[in-house]
Amino acid sequence: MDNKSADILEEYSDKEYEFGFVTDIEMEVAPKGLSEETVHYISAKKEEPQWLLEWRLKGYHSFLKQPEPAWQNFELPKVDFQDISYYAAPKSKAKYKSLDEVDPELISTFEKLGIPLSEQKLLAGVAVDAVFDSVSVATTYKETLKEQGIIFCSISEAVKEHPELVQKYLGSVVPHSDNIYAALNAAAFSDGSFVYIPKGVRCPMELSTYFRINTENTGQFERTLIIADEGSYVSYLEGCTAPKRDENQLHAAVVELIALENAEIKYSTVQNWYPGDKDGNGGIYNFVTKRGICKGAHSKISWTQVETGSAITWKYPSVILQGDYSSGEFYSVAVTKNKQIADTGTKMFHIGKQTKSRIISKGISAGEGQNSYRGLVHVGSKAEQARNFTQCDSLLIGDRCGAHTFPYIESKNKTATIEHEATTSKIGEDQIFYLNQRGIDTEKAVALIVNGYAKEVLNQLPMEFAVEAQKLLSISLEGSVG
Amino acid sequence: MQRNKIPFADLYIKEKKHRKEDMLSIKNLQAKVEDKQILKGIDLQVNAGEIHAIMGPNGSGKSSLASVLAGRESYEVTGGQVTFDGKDLLELSPEDRAREGLFLAFQYPIEIPGVSNINFLRTALNEIRAYRNEPPLEAKEFLRLTREKQKLVEFDAKLANRSLNEGFSGGEKKRNEIFQLAMLEPKLAILDETDSGLDIDALRVVSNGVNKLRSNKNAFIVITHYQRLLDYIVPDFVHVLYDGRIVKSGTKELALELEERGYDWIKEPVTSESV
Repeated sequence: MDNKSADILEEYSDKEYEFGFVTDIEMEVAPKGLSEETVHYISAKKEEPQWLLEWRLKGYHSFLKQPEPAWQNFELPKVDFQDISYYAAPKSKAKYKSLDEVDPELISTFEKLGIPLSEQKLLAGVAVDAVFDSVSVATTYKETLKEQGIIFCSISEAVKEHPELVQKYLGSVVPHSDNIYAALNAAAFSDGSFVYIPKGVRCPMELSTYFRINTENTGQFERTLIIADEGSYVSYLEGCTAPKRDENQLHAAVVELIALENAEIKYSTVQNWYPGDKDGNGGIYNFVTKRGICKGAHSKISWTQVETGSAITWKYPSVILQGDYSSGEFYSVAVTKNKQIADTGTKMFHIGKQTKSRIISKGISAGEGQNSYRGLVHVGSKAEQARNFTQCDSLLIGDRCGAHTFPYIESKNKTATIEHEATTSKIGEDQIFYLNQRGIDTEKAVALIVNGYAKEVLNQLPMEFAVEAQKLLSISLEGSVG
Repeated sequence: MQRNKIPFADLYIKEKKHRKEDMLSIKNLQAKVEDKQILKGIDLQVNAGEIHAIMGPNGSGKSSLASVLAGRESYEVTGGQVTFDGKDLLELSPEDRAREGLFLAFQYPIEIPGVSNINFLRTALNEIRAYRNEPPLEAKEFLRLTREKQKLVEFDAKLANRSLNEGFSGGEKKRNEIFQLAMLEPKLAILDETDSGLDIDALRVVSNGVNKLRSNKNAFIVITHYQRLLDYIVPDFVHVLYDGRIVKSGTKELALELEERGYDWIKEPVTSESV
């Protein structure tokens, strides 16, 4: 490649992160650090029952015992867990009865993010739960959903109003001792969304949670629990942003999905946490544990993620395929630029017979970004005729970035069929020149090529979000060439 | 001898006419790639309504000339001028050359997975329109145009909806170039060995497309190895490129002569000159 094209492909500029503003609002923030007292404080603030406090404390003790992981192929920055505040909530009222009671500053924050909270303005067919730092500030369309018996509320509210469901399923997929970050979340989770779809109900709209970290020196530890009862269907989407700050902030969320017989859960994520500046200062550490279980026969869980933000993304949305004939899917696009790191993939545990899984991972690296796919396909001894198909592709822009693939396959049943395909490609100067020659400038050419490359995954997103995600991909890579 | 003087008047008139319809004017164009001098002084005048064929043996610089005109980065222009519609072409970025109305039908069209042919064309067309301060084409209008052009150049609607050139056969790729040409309606189209790898039916379809698209407002430069294509696309002028220079120009009869005699007789005088 000659120098000029090399410059085009490598030259890097710092595209402004457009969600980097800070909302000026009075907050109630817990003192820094995590201790038994902090756990008691959070639990008391949320007026929780005794069983939940005890569960949190178990999580806390498990957190103390666990070492930080050491198997990753990047340098894990030291997180000072005692320098983080584990609870931050807008002062005013702890709970809002209607939108009129919500601080207008908060509403306008979400408007700025393109998440209108007043139901008239909402995208038709999307119900939103908005989480600001540690608490859920508004859940829309709640009444409409209630008519069909669908519960969509903040997890704090669910603890109070539907304790039997929460107690039965909380921690049933991701136990409090699962890993250090999940343990931390169990001890300190502040809020998150709760969804229950009753038997045979097809949720008539997209459910969506929007997470926003605002306060300095806080972590966000939300917990999402989705239960799809027999024969039900739900499509759920989460989005997230954070202000630009020089220091790193920790986001250690847990998501648990439970699909009973014949149920289907589609979970989509568009992750756009602040990625840090071009020199790698600041940005969110996105250490998240997401796991679903296909408990019943013929159930299905599908994860789709578009990861463009965060300084470090570290997550493996997984599916335990327990029910016979159940299926799990994982569709991912992860973009890293500047000094971003993404280590993401999935684990598919085939336990039931005739279980199926499909993994499509598309990594895009630019600048000095490092992108790893790490995945496990496990076939248990009873998983007769299990099938897996894995495809992981990497796209490189410039020659200072990296793409890595770590596929693990364990099969204990010889009737299983496991396929793995992997490709690595570069955006070629030939491709860019071809598009240039048709009147398309280099920036748009890259956006077209990248969106084409990620199409198989973007197609999995609900329509409204697919368009957003396409734009986000283009914006994320703006300035990454020429 | 007397006869030589009369055409002088013709030449003068023709010269005036040229000025009016002047489209592409190449003067003493020189270019190199990786320190190898490929073009050693090309002079060529192309006017609206004309079809110029450029022939020549392998490695004579035909495709390089196309690449330099389109602005491929790996070529460095080391001398000469090119004006296109009164503008200094060499000063323009590749995308601006395209937006000004210069189209290159690639010898090896590029595959772009996941990008639909139609989406790509719509982007291209709207970029070109924006350059001319025209609003983007409405979906309905775009669709109408697509159907019309598909029909004109006999392009399969199924291919139009597939990913750009992905998994297309060689012939389908070339036909797609002609379809794009029809959609973008450039002033000047350079066909870089569009006939290579085409069977006789595809060749006829491609040539028919070009013939339907030619008008007194546009011009074509057809780069080819073989006279065969020129049976279908009849050129006004034929130029022979050898060793980075145009060594002979003539009318379509020159192509026939080349077909018959090969390129060796063209090479000789150049070789002796350069010795």
